[in-house]
Order: sequence, then C-alpha cells, then structure tokens
Amino acid sequence: MKTVGLIVNPIAGMGGAVGLKGTDGVEILERAEQLGATPKAKARAQQAVTALLASHDNVELLTYGGDMGESSAIACRRQPQVIGSGGAPRTTPEDTVEAARRMAERGVDLLLFAGGDGTARDICGAIGTSTTALGIPAGVKIHSAVFASSPSAAGQVAASFLSGAIARVKDAEVMDIDEEDYRRQVLSARLFGYLQIPDARRLLQGPKAGSALHDRAVQAAIAAGIGECMTDDRCYIVGPGTTLQPLMELLGLDNSLLGVDVVRAGELIARDASEREILEKTTDIPCALILTPVGGQGFVLGRGNQQISPEVIRRVGKQNIIIAATPEKLTTLRGKPLLVDTGDAETDAHLCGYYRIVTGYRDAAIYRVSSY
Amino acid sequence: MKIQKGSRLRNFHQAKWDEEVIFELSTPGERGIHMPEVEREIFDSVGDGLSKIPAAMRRETSLGLPEVGQMRVLKHFLRLSQQNLGADLNIDIGQGTCTIKYNPKINEKIAGSPKARAIHPHQDVSTVQGALRVMHELELFLREISGMDRFSLQPSSGSHAILTMAAIMHKYHESRGQAHTRDELITTMFSHPSDAAAAAVKGYKIITIYPDEQGFPDLEALKAALSERTAGLFITNPEDIGIFNPKIAEFTRIVHEAGGICGYDQANANGIMGITRAREADFDLCFFNLHKTFAAPHGCGGPGGGALGATKEMADFLPVPLVGRDGDRYFLDFDVPHTIGKVRSFWGPFPVILKSWSWILSMGAEGLKEAARIAVLNNNYLLKKITEIDGATSPYTGGKHRIEQVRYSWQKLYEETGVDTHDVTLRLADFGFHLWQSHHPFVVPQPFTIEPTESYSKEELDEYLDGLRHVVQEARTEPETVKRAPHNSVVHKIDDSPLDDPEKWAITWRAFIKKRGEAAAKIRG
Amino acid sequence: MPGRDRIHPYIPNSVPEVKARMLAEIGVADVDELYDDIPEELRFKGKLNIPEGITSEMELIRHVEDVLSANQTCGERISFLGSGCYRHYVPAICEEIIGRAEFLTAYAGEPYEDHGRFQALFEYQSLMGELLETDVVNVPTYDWGQAASTSIRMAGRITGRNVILVADTISRDRLRVIRTYCEPVMEIVLVKHVSGTAALDLNDLQTQLNDSVAGLYLENPSYFGTVEERGQAIADALQNNGSIFIVGVDPISLGVLKPPSQYGADISCGDIQNLGNHMYFGGALGGFIATRDEEKYVMEYPSRLFGITKTEREGEWGFGDVAYERTSFAVREQGKEFVGTAAALYGISAAVYLSLLGPEGMRELNQNIIQKSQYAIKRLSGFEGIAVRFDAFHFKEFVVDISKTGRSVGEINGALLQEGIYGGKDLGDDFEDLKGCALYSVTEMTSRQDIDRLVDVLGTLLS
Repeated sequence: MKTVGLIVNPIAGMGGAVGLKGTDGVEILERAEQLGATPKAKARAQQAVTALLASHDNVELLTYGGDMGESSAIACRRQPQVIGSGGAPRTTPEDTVEAARRMAERGVDLLLFAGGDGTARDICGAIGTSTTALGIPAGVKIHSAVFASSPSAAGQVAASFLSGAIARVKDAEVMDIDEEDYRRQVLSARLFGYLQIPDARRLLQGPKAGSALHDRAVQAAIAAGIGECMTDDRCYIVGPGTTLQPLMELLGLDNSLLGVDVVRAGELIARDASEREILEKTTDIPCALILTPVGGQGFVLGRGNQQISPEVIRRVGKQNIIIAATPEKLTTLRGKPLLVDTGDAETDAHLCGYYRIVTGYRDAAIYRVSSY
Repeated sequence: MKIQKGSRLRNFHQAKWDEEVIFELSTPGERGIHMPEVEREIFDSVGDGLSKIPAAMRRETSLGLPEVGQMRVLKHFLRLSQQNLGADLNIDIGQGTCTIKYNPKINEKIAGSPKARAIHPHQDVSTVQGALRVMHELELFLREISGMDRFSLQPSSGSHAILTMAAIMHKYHESRGQAHTRDELITTMFSHPSDAAAAAVKGYKIITIYPDEQGFPDLEALKAALSERTAGLFITNPEDIGIFNPKIAEFTRIVHEAGGICGYDQANANGIMGITRAREADFDLCFFNLHKTFAAPHGCGGPGGGALGATKEMADFLPVPLVGRDGDRYFLDFDVPHTIGKVRSFWGPFPVILKSWSWILSMGAEGLKEAARIAVLNNNYLLKKITEIDGATSPYTGGKHRIEQVRYSWQKLYEETGVDTHDVTLRLADFGFHLWQSHHPFVVPQPFTIEPTESYSKEELDEYLDGLRHVVQEARTEPETVKRAPHNSVVHKIDDSPLDDPEKWAITWRAFIKKRGEAAAKIRG
Repeated sequence: MPGRDRIHPYIPNSVPEVKARMLAEIGVADVDELYDDIPEELRFKGKLNIPEGITSEMELIRHVEDVLSANQTCGERISFLGSGCYRHYVPAICEEIIGRAEFLTAYAGEPYEDHGRFQALFEYQSLMGELLETDVVNVPTYDWGQAASTSIRMAGRITGRNVILVADTISRDRLRVIRTYCEPVMEIVLVKHVSGTAALDLNDLQTQLNDSVAGLYLENPSYFGTVEERGQAIADALQNNGSIFIVGVDPISLGVLKPPSQYGADISCGDIQNLGNHMYFGGALGGFIATRDEEKYVMEYPSRLFGITKTEREGEWGFGDVAYERTSFAVREQGKEFVGTAAALYGISAAVYLSLLGPEGMRELNQNIIQKSQYAIKRLSGFEGIAVRFDAFHFKEFVVDISKTGRSVGEINGALLQEGIYGGKDLGDDFEDLKGCALYSVTEMTSRQDIDRLVDVLGTLLS
C-alpha cells in the first residue's frame, strides 16, 4: 500500500478565465469572483486522481479537509485520511505550506498538488527536495517544470511512479513570477528552487545506439568542457541553474544555485550577486558569462537571472557568452529557439543569432537564440 | 477488447515454454557431445599431453559448464528460438531505421556451402578466387549504386563504417599537416547517434546541428558551425525521420569550402537506390549497411556489414587490403598509399558480403530501383493511413511526402489517455507485432518509427494498421488492457528494478547465484 | 524479352493493380511524385551498370555455385593455418540453432517478444563467465581486435591515463586494428618479449611502467602459440603501478588452462569464432570482453549487457539490459564508444557449443589439441634445418623456422600447395626477427595422417 498526499489549491486558476494573471492576493481573488470565475482546481485534481486510481488502485490518500483535497478524493469515490484543515473561509499559502510539511513528515510516497507556480513555490518552500512531488496543472501561471502535461498525465505518471515502472526521480525548477509585474505585461520570473519529481522519461529496452548517459553525467561532462577552457585572466559570471552546479563543484566553489556568482582566478569573488555587485567586481577585467536555460520555455536571459542586465551584457560582449544545456533540455524545446528577454529591445536584438551550446565534454550543439 | 469482426488481426499467442536457464538442466555425468580421442600413435609418442602444462597455468577451478544430454540441449535452444519473434514470422515494419526486409532463404543456403564456410583467410589467393570474385563484384555493384570509386568491405556495421570514416578523415588531415587544428566533426540531430559517438572515439569534438522547425537540418546553423577547426561533416540522408534534405549539395559545398571532408551515412538508402547517389551530392565518403538495404539478416544483432565507399582522392586512405583484379585473377591489394591500416581482422564479414552480393544478383539494376520505389510507395501509404488514426501524428513538414520511413508521435494519444509509446509497443506484441521507440534523446515526443521496406504486401501493411487502430481504440476504452500488456507474450511484466542496481544486477548465472543464493536459481519445482 | 514484366518474388506490391490502389490512397498519380523533395540536379539520370537480375532462384544458385567452385576449401585440402581464425569442429546443433529463422532474422525486439534472444545471449554470457571465471561478460562485439581495443579504452577511462603497453607477441593484424581504434586518444607502446621463450620481458615492462600507463595488454597463449607462465608476477607489477591488466585469450584453451582472471587479469577478451562457428574466410568473428562485477568496470562497457530477473508472474524468468543508462566515470570520454549490430548470432552459436561440450567435452577437446600440437612439434623438430622456435608450452600453434634450409617460406608453401597442403602463415613480413618462420596451427580436425603427410612432403622437399 502506497500513500499519496494530495493538496489542492482550490482557488488556483481562477484568474485565467477572466483575464487576470493569477490569484495571488485576496483582492485579486475577489475581483476574479466578481468577474464570474469558478474554481477549476478541484475538478482538475479529480481528473488526476481518477487516472491514478484506474492504473494503481492500492493507494491511501492523505488530504486536508474540504476543498483542499478531501472533496476531490471523495468525488473519485475514495475516502481519504484527513489530517488537517485550512483556515476558513479562504485557503491561504500558509495552509498549503503546513499541509505539505505534515504530509512529508508522515512519509508519503508521493505528494500530488493541484495549482500553479505559486502553489509550487509554497510546496517547495515547505519540503524542498525531501519528498517526491508532482504538480497537477491547475493554475494560470505554469512556468515551473514540476507539472505534468495534463491532469490525467499527472495521474498516469503518479501511478507509474508508485508501481515502480518509473524508478528515477529528478530535480525540476520551480519558477516564480511576480504577478503584479505579469499583469503589467512585464515578466520578471526568478528561479525559486527545486522540487524532486518522478522522471517520466522511459527508457525502452532494445536500444540500437548504446547506453544513454545519466543526466548528472552529462552535467559533469559539461562542467569538464567549460572548466577546461577557463583562464585566470578572465572573470566568469555564472548564472543560476542545476546544469551549472557541477561546474562550480569542479571549481571547488560554494555556489548559490539560484543566484548569480562571480568567479575570478578560481576564487568566488561574489556570491548571489546583484547587478551592481556584478558590475563592481568586473570593472578591470575581461569577462565571460556562463548561462543555462532556466524553466521549460528555454529562456537564457530574463527569467531567473535579471541581475544580468543589459549593462552587464554590454560589458561582457556577445562573443563572450557561453551557453550550456543538456541535449535533453534542448530537445524539449522541439525546435523552438532559445529566448532572451532582457527588457531592452536593442540588447535582445543584438543577442539574437546562432550560438555554440556546450552540451558535454568536447560536445556542442549549434542552436538559435531569439528575442522574446 | 475482442478483435472486431472484419479486422485482419490474428488471435495470436506466442509460444511459451517457461524454459529454464541452461544451468538448471544440468545433471552430473550427462554428455552433449564427445570430442575425439587422439590416435594411438600420437598417444604413444607424446603421452597424455596435459602433464606438460606448466603448473602455474593449469586450470585449478573446476569448469562450471552445465552437463546436459544432446537432445535436451537441442530442445532447450529450439524452445528459446520459438520464444523469439524473427522477421520471417512477423510483419517487421515497426523497427524503423533498421530496414527489416526479406532475407531470401536461398542466400542462407548459399552461405551454408562448404565452399563458403570452410575457407581460411590466409589460404593462397589462387585457392580462394571464388570468394575474392564475390567481394570484387559486390564492390562494383556498390560503386554503381553510390557513384564512389572504391569500396572497402572490411567494416562490420554502420557504426563501424562511421569509425572508419573518422579514421580516414583524421589521416587525410594529418597528411596535410592539419590533424591537430581540424578537430571538430559536425553532424545533425537526426543523423544516427553513432555518427557522433563513433567519431568521438577518434578524439573528435562533436558539433550537433539541431533541426529547424520543419525538421530539416538548419543550413544557417551549419554555416555558424564551420571554421578552420572543421574536420568534416557526417550526415545521414534521408535522415532518421524519413526526410530527404534537399539542400544536401549546399551542405557539402560549404563544408568543402571550409576545408572539411563530407561523409554520407547511407544507412537509410533503401528508398533511393538508383534514384540519387553520394556522387551527385558531392560526398567524399559514404557507406551502406549490408544487413539493411542489401538484405543480409540481422541475426539478433549481427553479424552485419558496413561497406565503405570513397572517391578516388580518398581511396588512398581506405583500410587494407582492398580486392584487386588483374585480368582473370583476383588478389588482395595491400598497396594503399595512405591506408589507415585495419579496422577488423582479416578481410571483412564474408558471409554477409556473400548474401548481399547474391541479393543484388537476383535484383539486377531494374529490381533495385523497383525495390526503392515500392519501399517509398509503401511508406507513404502508411503515412497516409497512420496519420488518419486519432492519436498518431507525423511531426514536421506537414503534408509532405517522406522517403522510406517516418518518425511518428503518440504524444496526442498519451495526453488524451495516458497510454504511451512503450505501452502501445507491449500491447502490439500481443498480436505478433513489433514496434520500437526511437533513438534517445527524443526530439519527437512519444516517438515511433515505421519503415515498411518493399518486402510486405499491402494486405500485410493493412494488418499492421489494424493492429495500431485496435490498440488505440483500447487506449480510449480500456486503457488498463494496454498498460498491463503483454498478455499473449512469452512473459509478463518484467521486474527490471534489479537491472539498475549494482547490488542486485546479474549479468551471468554465477553472479545471480552469488547475489541471490542457490534457492532463487530454480524457476520451477 | 519474355518474363521481363514478371513481378519480382521479393516485391509483392509491384503488382500494377495494387500499386494503383495505393497511389490512389496517397493521392498521387505516380511514385515519382513521392520523390519531389529530391532536387533535379541530385537525381541519378543514368542506368546502373549492374547485370539484369537473375530472378529465378534455380538459375541464381547455379551461377553462385559456379563462382564459389573456384574456392578450394580446408576440407578438400590439408590446412595448418590459424593466426586467429581456426578450423574447429562445429557440432550439428550449432548450425541448426543459428539457422532458425526466429534467431536469424530477429533484430532488436523487446524482451517480451524477443525473450528467447535475451535468454540465449544471457546464457552465452553465463557460459563464457564459467569458462573465464568472471561475473560479467558482454554481448559479442565485432571481433577480438575490437574487444581488445574497447578493453584498452575502458582501461583508459577507468584509470584516467592514456598510455597502453602492448606485449609485442601479438598478431600484427590485430595490432593494426587496435591502433586504428585507440590512436590518437591512447598512446600505444610495445613491450618486448624474451627472445628464447616469447615470454614477456619483465625488465622491459618495469622500465616502461610509470604513472601515465593505463594498463598492459598481453595475449596468452601468445600469437606464437606460447603460454605465458608468469601472469601473476605481471599482474602484481601492474597493480603496484595502479594499472589494469588486460589479457587476450583463446577461449577454447580454457578447458585445461587457467583463465586470466585467476592470475590477476582485470579484463579478459578474445574471439568466439572457434566456439561453434565456421571460418568463413575470416568473416565469422565475434569478440568478448569479461571483467569482475564492479560498478566501475560495468559502467565503462559500451556493449550491451543482458541481465536476469523475474517477472510479475511466478515461474517466469525475465531478462533485460543491465545499467541501460550508464554513468561514465570519465567525463572526458563522454561518448563511451558506440554499440550496434555486431555479432550476436555467433554468441548464440557459442552458447550452444559450450552447452554441448560441457566440462568433459572441453577437457577432451583441449587434450586432443595439446597432444596433436606436441606430436606435430616433435615430428617437425626431428628435421635437419627445421626448428620450432620458443622454448615454451604451446597450446595449438607454434612457429616453424626453416630459415636454415636456405628456402623461403613462400617457396616452401608454394611447394606444399602443389601437394594439397596449406602451410603455416609466413611471419617474415610482420616480425623482423622471424624471417623464414611460419605459424602453424593444429586442431582436433587435424588428423595424425595430416601431420604425417606434412612431415613426409617437407622431408621430400628439403632432402
């Protein structure tokens, strides 16, 4: 018998239908309700649980009371074990955080949550990568890589994970976009952190072309490839993302994973640097910028690394930008270009073109970068 | 779901013997075969022989091979063969990129002749004129089909031919003093993965061109990749998704301008024999897979053959020996000025060479072209029919024709039902069909690749289509039937968790017993 | 010409009515339209200069038999050729099994519909594991040269070093294969042998060892058929240097000889042609690589490794790829080589062979070969001017030195050929110090009469 925690953010997704971008904040929610928005998350969670139970019946569900999960379970004719309840009348982020923490403590095999980026952020803040989780897409903003492609796909992936058919897990990015900015047509996403999700990539038997390399091995190879070309007479501005973490490990440097670090002659001279710090530390030396696409849409600039401003980019120079990505990450773009969105149209236009993407040790791809 | 009336599907069930592992069949004292004892005179002259083995080199451990009577050995392996689905028995169009076509039985009979199998590579050439003639004639045929000037039959597979191309490319640049500066090999995402992997063995840095949104290799990206570090381009065409790159001549032109060598991966040549050639596209090197296009069987994964062609200029770098002809006499020619040396012991995979030669003899020029045209006809017929199935799509170049294969996607089906390619694959096995996914990484989501070749009749293609339709319908009505498949196969869902765990995996029987104990090593009784 | 319009037996959909129906379905008038992506300038306009097809099977085999009749086989003559391709007896059941269409025409099916292939190759690995006393053996690669090359690259990755020492008593043919595959990434340095015995020169080994040496590759029995007795001493020297010991071995010798793993080899490799496969002009080769069951070794195999497991149903064995997703310990060789179609069918044949022979059959076979080689050595050594080189134990091959007779190997072999005998391979071109020497091989297929006849003919020639 496996246990699955189910958390539903009942108000997620209400803004979308009425043209509001998200439901963070009570006023916005009330506006959404006035505009006639109805809750969608409950139904989406129900779709996912239905798909899960169809494939893997031997499951105990843990939920919070009412619309935070209990009612979705009951709608699937499954009485859950209710372990708490949210504050009435509205569920708050604190309720989500508390529910996630309790479920992790109880050692659930998988935590399913229905919501959007905001919900993912709350879950991530509560449990980090300690428990395997998976998002049921129900929110307006889905920029994080922790969601399945559809509610029923979430149920399918969950079932495969619980049955052991999916044996791997991977860290996936949780992005956070400021809704206020978003509503003003300004995207200012940042990389909030990582959740551990089931790795749904299925490796069939009977390969013709030999063994595939594990993701971490590819990242290590990327690190070796970049590390080999680094010199002491340059300063390296290293952007956020797990792909670049093995590079910092190779250099023996404590890195900020979610922030921008500056490296010079093998030393970390700024950790989680702001734009101003970057500029200050790089006045007297040629620079290179090491980036990796963040999130599912292939942004190399402008999502999660706004510290790397147009001015920083001007200082570095286009020819000194090094982009790294695993082949897996590039293929998920399905031919769409990598994107830049620095907030400055001229800079974006200047950055467009073909880049040599570091995809491993002595291994590169030629890929197009385009403005958002 | 029951097979619907009017469907061509069979009520198939694979043979299932629950056969033991051979070691389970061992009974001490049983014998499978006797080896002869030496003649009396030899024994009298040298004694038992064994006592002369130096003490340090005597086997001390007893030999743990099983002891099984002859008939039981035969039965065991016959049963294993029945638990295997060869192309001769099924409609093997689901292993796209592998060109699983008919391997004529007559060629097996030919290869079974003592005249073929009982000759040694170091015999005096006067005693192997037949074998050398076969090799020479196959070379002539392949020269025609490619437009190249010389062929080496030594490489043992497509990947091996790619390695050979990389070695030739290296030697070529070395001969011009550029081996160290030209260290980058360019390939494309939809070329076979071995184009990158085998070239990397020779120390090349690999630059991969990703497809544009239409699925074609991106010419602008190639331009961005080229430099004075470019050693060459290895490219599959038609690519593994079945698209012919119409700008291929432009590709070779700009690579040549940059000083690079162009190697044509013609593993997917089955649809273009007699239609278009490496010569017209201005390639320096090209190779064919004898076990694909040229009808030698795949043998569960080899032996294969990767015949490698070169232009006059590049022929000086081919591995030795080549097969020469002087009047009526054939000979092994070791006199190749800049040869890379050897890539395989002796002269090449002769049984494979023999079967491909015989196949081409049977086809003739017209037959080869007709095979290509019908392979393409069959493929486009399936393209039309498969994309009519709700759930299957053919990403890229919408509405265009494809050459000999298509990479399809079950992404829509997956999103709508949760049934993925792997599930479909296992369910199809229940009807005696084989379907494989594709190479990693998956640029096409939930991919499957179908290559019908010229060998299967329309009726058979329709039967396979019925299989796909049936499974898709099940995915929508009773998905658990699909997800719990196979039901009619040799075995049920395999517990593959130990296979990734160093503490539990067992690559030999002895390892299995060490890790799991004698008690686990008995499947029944 | 009559019959010109006949539908080729291999192309069913050439039937005009069928073709027309399919074209109509696609919505084109002619097959040509399906090629519209191929630009005009790339079209081949001529006619292939390939003879008209021999579509009648009867005529085809008549023609083919005529061509092949120019070959004179080792069965029709007496052969003493070996050098990596051997004429051993192939049991009838080996041919029966690998001729089965289910195996012959299968390729890369799932472990479900191709359960038999997975099991047969797992059994191959397991039977080889018994012979070699190793817990890991791969699915066959192309040949011994490839197996040795990959073993060397594995040693390079495991140690992170790039020099490989190679005992110089190796076939030059194989050495060339290794060079093509391993250079320039690995540097190959030859280690000398002791001239009188062909054993590895331990002093030379010591002088060559340093911290860039990934390992030593040594063949035992050597190319000259001699057996190296000091394997353990070599292994110790390598281990002290942090280097890997790779031994190339003739697997058929392991019925009575000690397997390399028992004298310290880290990797064993070799060829399986002689385990149930015919010679085929040197075309039916298959390479094996074997190691102990350590993750650091297993992860560096580029080959497929089939593993055994169970299924959800009681009473069923299941099989699959072990460590399909491998993590190289050496990021600097990210690709870890490649794998594809190689020589799986010959592995199945070897599995049948070893199952049939069992421990007793292997012992009997080895004894037969050893006795015959000793008999042949003894008889040939009795001649004035002829010497068998290298004072060592020989398994099935030995170097016959006729340099003192004043005749060349080519001359002698030409004369032997006149008498229906294929003499040993001339070593003079490959080994400077073996001018006038030839490599002779005997197997269980060589009869006493064959050896006596060789001796008689040589006697006449040299007298």
